[in-house]
Amino acid sequence: MVELWHGLLRAVELIITFDPEVMQIAGRSLRIALTSAVIASVICIPVASIIHFNEFRGKRFLVSLIQTFYSIPTVAIGLFVFVFISSAGPLGFLGIIFTPAAIVVGQVLLITPILLGLTISALRGVDRTILDTARSLGASQMQMMVLTIREARFAVMAAVIMGFGRAISEVGISLMIGGNIRGATRVITTAISLETSKGDLEFALALGIILIFIALVVNIVMNRIQQR
Amino acid sequence: MAFIEMRNIWQRHDGHDILKNINLRIDRGAVFALIGPTGAGKTTLLRLLDLIDTPAEGEIFLDGTKVTTTEKVRLEARRRMAFVLQKPVVFNMSVYDNVACALRWRGMPRRQVHERVEHILERVGLTEYGKRHARTLSGGEMQRVAIARAIVTGPELLLLDEPTANLDPVSASRIEDLIAGIIKHDVMTVVMATHDMLQGQRLADRISVLVDGEILQTGDPRDVFNSPRNRQIAEFVGVENILDGVVASNEGEMATIDINGTLIEAVTGYPVGEEVSVCMRPEDITVALSKYSSSARNSLAGEVTWAVDTGPLTRVEIDCGFPLVALVTRRSAEELGLKKGRQVYATFKVVSMHVIKRH
Repeated sequence: MVELWHGLLRAVELIITFDPEVMQIAGRSLRIALTSAVIASVICIPVASIIHFNEFRGKRFLVSLIQTFYSIPTVAIGLFVFVFISSAGPLGFLGIIFTPAAIVVGQVLLITPILLGLTISALRGVDRTILDTARSLGASQMQMMVLTIREARFAVMAAVIMGFGRAISEVGISLMIGGNIRGATRVITTAISLETSKGDLEFALALGIILIFIALVVNIVMNRIQQR
Repeated sequence: MAFIEMRNIWQRHDGHDILKNINLRIDRGAVFALIGPTGAGKTTLLRLLDLIDTPAEGEIFLDGTKVTTTEKVRLEARRRMAFVLQKPVVFNMSVYDNVACALRWRGMPRRQVHERVEHILERVGLTEYGKRHARTLSGGEMQRVAIARAIVTGPELLLLDEPTANLDPVSASRIEDLIAGIIKHDVMTVVMATHDMLQGQRLADRISVLVDGEILQTGDPRDVFNSPRNRQIAEFVGVENILDGVVASNEGEMATIDINGTLIEAVTGYPVGEEVSVCMRPEDITVALSKYSSSARNSLAGEVTWAVDTGPLTRVEIDCGFPLVALVTRRSAEELGLKKGRQVYATFKVVSMHVIKRH
C-alpha cells in the first residue's frame, strides 16, 4: 500500500515536471493515434456514405459484418499485418516493420470498422425529409452526400473520436508490429506493459494517469458534441 | 402545348394504387391547385412532378420534353423547379446558408449568390435573420425560409405541398399572403396541394379534385365549388346540404324533386324517376318569418332546431321535413329571434341548387 502511494506521488511528479521520457512517449502515442484517426476518417467517411446511399444486394450483411469487426482483437490485426510487412512478407520490401508507420497501418485497420459502422448509423439518423428537400432544391448525388455528412457532422465526429480512443488505448498492434523500441516506437501502452513487468511502477503509473486523462478529455469532448 | 403534362400516371406502394391513371395538363403561368382530403395522393403526385420519385407507370413531360428518363435529365428538369415540402425542414446551418444552398449547388458565383440571397431574405421579411441558426426558428419562420430557399433560384415551376397546414392561423395567413405575392409578381407556374378548399379558391385559377388517387373533377374554382360533379366532391368542397330525392316531374329542365315527401323545384336535365341529390350551400339559403312568394324560389316552412354564432355569421339548422343548414348574419338572426323552436321559412333560389345523380 505504501509502495503504491509512493508510486502515485512519484508519477505525479514525473508529469508536473514534464519528464522528457514520459512526455516523448505520450506525444508519440498521441501523434500516432491522431494520424490513424485522420487517415481512417478520410477513407471511411466517403466509403460509409457510398454504402449508405446505394442499395445493393448484401448491404445488410455487409453492415452486420462491419459491426462484427468492432471488437476484433488487436493481436489478430497485429499478426495479420506482421505477416504482410515482415521482411519475408509480400510487403516486406516497404521496410516499415517496427516503425510508427507500421503501427499506423495496424491502427487504421483496427478502427476502420468502428468508423465505417458508426458513420453509417450517423448518416442513417439524418431525416428523410432533409434528403427530399435537398434533392428538390437540385442537389446532385454528390452534393446530397456532402450535405448529409454535414447534417450528421456531430454524430460523425463522435465516430471519429471513438476511433481515436480505440487507437490510443490499444497495445497488441503497437507491441507486435511496432516493437516497443525506445525512442522510436515506444508508446504509452507498450511502455506501461514493459515498465510494469520490469517493476518500475512509478513510470508505468505516470503513463497510466496520462492515458486515463486523455480518455477523460476524449469523453468530455464527445459528450459535449453529442449534446448539440 | 401544356407546360407540364402527366400522361397515364400510376403510382403504387406495397401493392396499393396510390394514384390511378392521372392525366393532367397545366399551362405555363397557371396557378393550379390540387385539392382533396388527407391521404388522397396529393403529396405523391407532387413528388412525381418534382421527379424525386419515379412513377410505376406513365410519363411526365416538361415543356414538351419527356423528363421521366435518366437521372441526368431528371436533375436538369428538377433544377428548373422548386418544391416546398409539407413539413418545413431547414438544414442544420444558418438561415443565409439555407437559402444559398440551391444557388451554390448550381455553381453560381459567390457575389451573385450574396445578392440574390439578401434580396430574397428581404422579400420574405427575414433580413435580420440571415446569421441566425435556422433550427432556432419558429414554424412560420421555417416555412418562410423554405419558401425563400425554393424561389431564390427563380424556378419556372413552384410546387407547394400544404403550405399552411402545420401553422397557426396568423402564420398561415402570412404565408398565404407571401404566396399570393409570389404568384402576382413572379411569372411562374404554381402547383399547390391543399386540403383547404377555400385556400384553393383564393389562390388558384384552376382546380383538380383528387380523391383516393383519382382526379374526379378539374376546372375553374367557381365551377368546382358551385357545381360539384358528384356527392363525394360536393361533400369535400363544403356543400353542407346534400338532400337525397327522386325527380317527380320534369318539363323542359324545370323539375320538381321529391325529398322525403316535400316537393322542391330545381333546374336539371335528369328524367322523372331518377334518383338524385340536391346540393345547397348554407349561404344561399335565406331565413324569414313569412313565406316568400316567387316562382323562381322554393320557400319551405320549418322549425329552428339549433342556432349557433360563428363569428359574424349565425349557423341555423332548420327542420323542414329534412334538415337544412343556413348561414345568416348575426344581426338578422337577432332581429328574427332565431332560437330553437322558432317557426320560420327557409327560402332558396331554384338556380342556386345543384342537382347531381346518385350512384
